[in-house]
Amino acid sequence: MLTYDTIRGLVEQAARENKKISEICLQDQAQQLEREPEDLFRQMDESFQVMVDSVQSGKKEGLHSTSGLTGGEGKKMADYADRGGSVMGDFMARATARALSVSNCNAAMGKIVATPTAGSCGILPGCLVSLYEDRTIDRRDIVLSIFTAGAFGIVIAQHASIAGAQGGCQAECGSASGMAAAAVVEAMGGTPQMCANALGMAIVNQMGLVCDPVAGLVEIPCVKRNASGTAIALCSADMALAGIDLKIPVDECIGAMKAVGDSMSPSLKETAGGGLAATETGRLLREKVFGKQ
Amino acid sequence: MNIFDIIGPVMIGPSSSHTAGACRLGGVVCKMADGDPVVEATIRLSGSFARTYRGHGTDRAILAGIMGYHSDSVEIRDAFHIAQERGLRYLFVPEDIPDAHPNTARITYTCRSGKSGIVEGASIGGGNIRITGIDGMEVSFTGENNTLLILHRDTPGVIASVTNLMYWHYSELNIGNFRLSRKERGGEALMTIELDELPPEELITDLKKLENVHNALLIRAV
Repeated sequence: MLTYDTIRGLVEQAARENKKISEICLQDQAQQLEREPEDLFRQMDESFQVMVDSVQSGKKEGLHSTSGLTGGEGKKMADYADRGGSVMGDFMARATARALSVSNCNAAMGKIVATPTAGSCGILPGCLVSLYEDRTIDRRDIVLSIFTAGAFGIVIAQHASIAGAQGGCQAECGSASGMAAAAVVEAMGGTPQMCANALGMAIVNQMGLVCDPVAGLVEIPCVKRNASGTAIALCSADMALAGIDLKIPVDECIGAMKAVGDSMSPSLKETAGGGLAATETGRLLREKVFGKQ
Repeated sequence: MNIFDIIGPVMIGPSSSHTAGACRLGGVVCKMADGDPVVEATIRLSGSFARTYRGHGTDRAILAGIMGYHSDSVEIRDAFHIAQERGLRYLFVPEDIPDAHPNTARITYTCRSGKSGIVEGASIGGGNIRITGIDGMEVSFTGENNTLLILHRDTPGVIASVTNLMYWHYSELNIGNFRLSRKERGGEALMTIELDELPPEELITDLKKLENVHNALLIRAV
C-alpha cells in the first residue's frame, strides 16, 4: 500500500512501475477502500461531471450569492473571452472564466466538488474542464489525472494543511492550484517528475497568501483567487512541461508552506480579523450583510 | 484519509463547515426521529455559526438535514419553503454555548407523534461533524464511521445482549469504538458503537427487539 508520505516517494514508485502517478494511486485506493478500480474511476467521473455542470450553473444570468456580495463575475469573464482579444489569450481567458463561474456557483449555494475545499473549488474545474472542452483531451485521461491531483493533495494534507483556518489561503488555493497543475501536466503527457515540479511551482507562487474573507464569507476575495489560482496552475504546468526544474525539492516546498502557515497571525487565517476583511470597506460590507455586531 | 476526502465531497456551497457539515448535523436529528416527521425545531447556534449563519446558508442546511436531505441535495437552497410546505415550524437562536466548538448547533425537536429530543454537535471542518450530546447525554462520535446509537435502560446484561447478538449473528462486524453514557444509575443510557463495516438493516430490527432496548439507530458513515 502507498503511504502518501512524500511526493518524491510517489514519483519514485510510479517510475519503478513505469506508470502514471494516477495509475498507482487508483490501484492503491481500490485496495485500501476494498472497491473495484473501475468503480472508483466511475465515481471520479461523476465528480468531474459535477465540475462541468457547475461551470454552467455558475454563469446563469442574474445569479448572485446568498449575501449579495458577489455574482456574475464568471459570466462577465466568459462574455469577454467570447468577444476575443483577451490579453491572456482565449484559452486562459476562458479557463479563468470557468474558475470564476464555479466559485460563483458555490457562493450561490449550487452544487460543487470541494477540491480540496469549497473555497478553492473553482481551480481544478478551471484547468481541467478547459482541457476537456477547449483542448479536446480525452475525458478518460482527464478523469484519471484527478487521481494524481488527489494523491498529491493527500501528501499536502498530511504534511501541511488544506484548510484556510490552519494555513491561510496558500493552504487552500495554493494546494488546489498545485494539485491542478500536476493533473494538467499528466493529462498533457508530462512525466511524474514534471507533475511534481508543477505542483511545487504553483505552491511556491502562492506561498504566504493569507485567508482574509470579508464578513467571513467564501466570496471576497475567494472568487477571484480561484481565477488567479487557475492562471498560476496553468503557468506552472507549462513551465514544468517546458522542462524547467524546481530548484527546491517539492517536499521541502510543502514543508516551507507549513512553516509559513504556522507563523501566520491568527487574524489572517479565516477569522475575518485581518487583510481585506479588516479594511474600512470590508467592515462596511460585513455590516451590510449581518448588521452591526 | 482517502482520495475522495481530497477530491470531494460533492456538496452544496458555499462552505464545507458552515453548509455541508451543518446539513449533516441536521441529518442526525432526522435519524433520531426515525421516520416520524419533525414538526418543530429550535436551533441554537453558537460561535461562528451564530455570527455568520445567514451568509453561509447554515440555517437552510440544518433545516434540510432535519428533513432528510443530504449535503449534496439542491433542495438545501429551498429549505425554508419546503419546511413551510411540510408544516415544520422552526426558530434559529444565535446564542453562544459556553466552551463549545466555534461551529456548534444544539437542536431541540418535536415529532408529529409528540416524541422529542435534543441533538448537539459541531461542524469540525471539511464537512465532518462531531456529535457531542444526545437528549442531554454526553456522547462523542464523528460520523466518519458507521455508528450505532442504542438507547436502553441502564441495567445489567444489556451491553452483553447487544454484543452477543452481534457476535453470534453478525460476526462480520467489527467494533472500532464503544462508549456508554447515562444520566443516572438505572435510568436511560446510550451506547455509541462505531463499526468498521456497514451493518445490514436487519441488525437494527434485531437490536430493537432486545429486552431493555428502547431504540436503535444507524448513522451511516459519510
